Amino acid sequence: MPTVDDYNGRTPAWCPGCGNFGILKTLKETLVEINFEPHQFTVVSGIGQAAKTPHYLRCNTFNGLHGRAIPVATGIKLCNHEMPVIITTGDGDCYGEGGNHLIHAMRRNVNVKAFVHNNQIYGLTKGQSSPTTMEGMVTKAQPFGSLSEGLNPVAIAVAFDCSFVARSFSGDMEHLKQMMKEAIHHKGFALLDILQPCVTFNKLNTFQWYRDRVYRLGDDYDPYDRVEAFRKALEWGEKIPIGIIFRNERPTLEEKIPVIREAPLVNQPFSLDKVKEEINRFY
Amino acid sequence: MDYTIRIGGEAGQGIQTVGGTLAGVFAKSGYHVFTNQDYESRVRGGHNFYQVRLSDKPVTASRDNLDIVVALDGESILRYERALGEKGILVYDSAALQQQHDKPHFLNVPFTGLAEEHGGSKIMANTVAVGAVLGMLGMKLDILMEIIQSTFKKKGEEVIQGNIKAATAGHSYAVDNCGERCAFIPASQSEKKMLIDGTSSVALGAIMSGCKFYSAYPMTPSTGVMVYLASRAGDYGIVVEQAEDEIAAINMALGASFAGVRAMTGTSGGGFALMAEGLSLAGMTETPIVIFEGQRPGPATGFPTRTEQGDLLFILHAGHGEFPRVVFAPGSPEQAFYLTNKAFDMAEKYQIPVFVMSDTYLADSEWTFNGFDVSKLRYKEYRLRSEQLNALDEYKRHAFTEDGVTPLGVPGCSGHLVVTDSDEHDEEGHIVEDAETRIKMTEKRLFKKLPRIKEEIEPPMFYGNDRPEVVIVGWGSTFGVMREAVDDLSGENRIAMLHFSELYPFPSSEKFDYLGLLRNASLTICVENNATGQFEQLVRAETGYEFNRNIRKYDGRPFVREELVSRITSLIM
Repeated sequence: MPTVDDYNGRTPAWCPGCGNFGILKTLKETLVEINFEPHQFTVVSGIGQAAKTPHYLRCNTFNGLHGRAIPVATGIKLCNHEMPVIITTGDGDCYGEGGNHLIHAMRRNVNVKAFVHNNQIYGLTKGQSSPTTMEGMVTKAQPFGSLSEGLNPVAIAVAFDCSFVARSFSGDMEHLKQMMKEAIHHKGFALLDILQPCVTFNKLNTFQWYRDRVYRLGDDYDPYDRVEAFRKALEWGEKIPIGIIFRNERPTLEEKIPVIREAPLVNQPFSLDKVKEEINRFY
Repeated sequence: MDYTIRIGGEAGQGIQTVGGTLAGVFAKSGYHVFTNQDYESRVRGGHNFYQVRLSDKPVTASRDNLDIVVALDGESILRYERALGEKGILVYDSAALQQQHDKPHFLNVPFTGLAEEHGGSKIMANTVAVGAVLGMLGMKLDILMEIIQSTFKKKGEEVIQGNIKAATAGHSYAVDNCGERCAFIPASQSEKKMLIDGTSSVALGAIMSGCKFYSAYPMTPSTGVMVYLASRAGDYGIVVEQAEDEIAAINMALGASFAGVRAMTGTSGGGFALMAEGLSLAGMTETPIVIFEGQRPGPATGFPTRTEQGDLLFILHAGHGEFPRVVFAPGSPEQAFYLTNKAFDMAEKYQIPVFVMSDTYLADSEWTFNGFDVSKLRYKEYRLRSEQLNALDEYKRHAFTEDGVTPLGVPGCSGHLVVTDSDEHDEEGHIVEDAETRIKMTEKRLFKKLPRIKEEIEPPMFYGNDRPEVVIVGWGSTFGVMREAVDDLSGENRIAMLHFSELYPFPSSEKFDYLGLLRNASLTICVENNATGQFEQLVRAETGYEFNRNIRKYDGRPFVREELVSRITSLIM
């Protein structure tokens, strides 16, 4: 059994009070409770404050380029589908720079988990608007206020039939842990949007702002009902639902590839003898 | 014997079927064959051609002097009648084209009529045409019959018999009506040859190098590699994923490589523009990857289906930051096969990105060979897996080593962690900010690896007179046409050629003093299928050598033999 100490990585370079600390702590506890050893899984990240997370853990890590965690994770998963793959990303990384990859990951239903630290602002580049910044919010780069509507990732995910769509809040670590476990145990692509304050740059969506608005979905809520899920996904403002908004059960991409049905690709050795007849096709 | 047959028609009419079948018949008959294509960016209509050259001696380029034109549309008559050689014949179907020509070099064969009458369907008009061409050439039908049997095996006996009757009818009609006009004398047949195009050679090379993962976004002229690998994926255990864009394609391949398999991506110039950032990621994370780049004329969308050698400097310089890369540009399908294999070996050995550059011309051209030698292929497992990795006391993905190469551990199969980062990182793979580590990592990635990489680069291929006065120099797909030009001109000139297929790191002159050869010649000419002389610039930058003259072509078409010979001749004068 691993312990939380097994997951202590490098010292975080986040601002004191950052919502990321709660997410990191919860992620460590989740990994311990689901009994993952550090070497058994891989965390893929892009660029941004959230993307630094794997350095502060101990795990196999591919910290790639801004927005590109999903295709890297997809490549890893297709070659080793027995190894769990988790993505730690942010609202700029996943919904901005990597938006195209997100919608195709949902379509493919590749069995990787995207944990999106969504603080509705760009932290690493110091306070510009992000795709989820609420319309009208003034920043240094948006002096007339953010002119575009804030993107609703949960509604997009429901629209794309994403097989697991959940939202949580870094201030409710018990709920967050439950969502992380559900996402990891789910078979298929999982999007977990994690609301998180940015104490330095987002003076609108503060810890208190979220605290006043989020509420847990009740036991009577049926996440398999897509129409109801879409209605719930559109709820934003005075009340913000957290929990599993939508889920479905359908085959993963890996399950549909005949080549890897018997064994992961990485465990299939190459032999020149097996392929050399291929030349005869050209005579 | 050296005959050239051009089949012209609209897209969708089956010129590839007619041309491809003829090329197959000739190769199986033991002749040397060279084919190339010219097509527009459309699926139906327009005007395309497929050209087949056959000889009893090796042929490596196309000619513009035609012996037989198969006109499947009226446009072919307008365009190619005047390209016919002295004894050339144009064969057409007057009923289908609704025009009648009584000139002696026209042969009317009712392709459609004979197909309906003998084969039972006008679909078989192309088979009639193939039979007719073989009849005109004075060749027999036995090999075509074998090809029909195997091609239509799945469609059943009725279709096979229909096609056999159609081919026979076309053949007999041509023999009966040619008379003295068809003065072709076929050389005697020999042992059947291998017929392969550039695209298939790259894919074949990848399969035989242990490529297990290929991700790409379709783009002419690179798509053929993805399609080929996908068609063999089930048999050979290859995962082929069509990505949502080229950015995803290269990142997926890097993920696959990180996970422990040999991975490749492919695209053309425009798609590669999107991959530039991923290339740099491969450099920083020291993740092996092979990148196939099929050039086509730019800028932007350019000429989607035509050819150019316009991406060399782009490929050499793409990607932000400083990291090593290797660039190969094969000149024939055979070179494409072996260099793809070498690309995989070097990518894995040095954990770097390696390019195999092609262009539309090489991609689509078929050549004949006696065979490829599988025993020459390199395959070595450079990665650390399970027991080997577990046996280590500690593992650091980017540990400093004598030669800059840290063994590549496979994540998830041992108790060790494999960590890498696009940020500057320490030996373990974690983000750092300090100057000292930065310097050491740069030295590891670049300076320690480069000398060994450079040692593996082969010098240019030399061909021709060993004390040449005239030297023509080129790279990539111009290999075949340059060789024929040297053959053509060597009667009256002391002429030779240098062909570079391993371009970067630029080959040193230690293994072969090609610079001395150039300096001793009185006329040196750099031949390139581009407007700005990109290779000429590379040579000047790397060696300081300046060519006397150059021959450049940037109309989107490949060099043909007569054209290159005449341009060289005008410079010799």
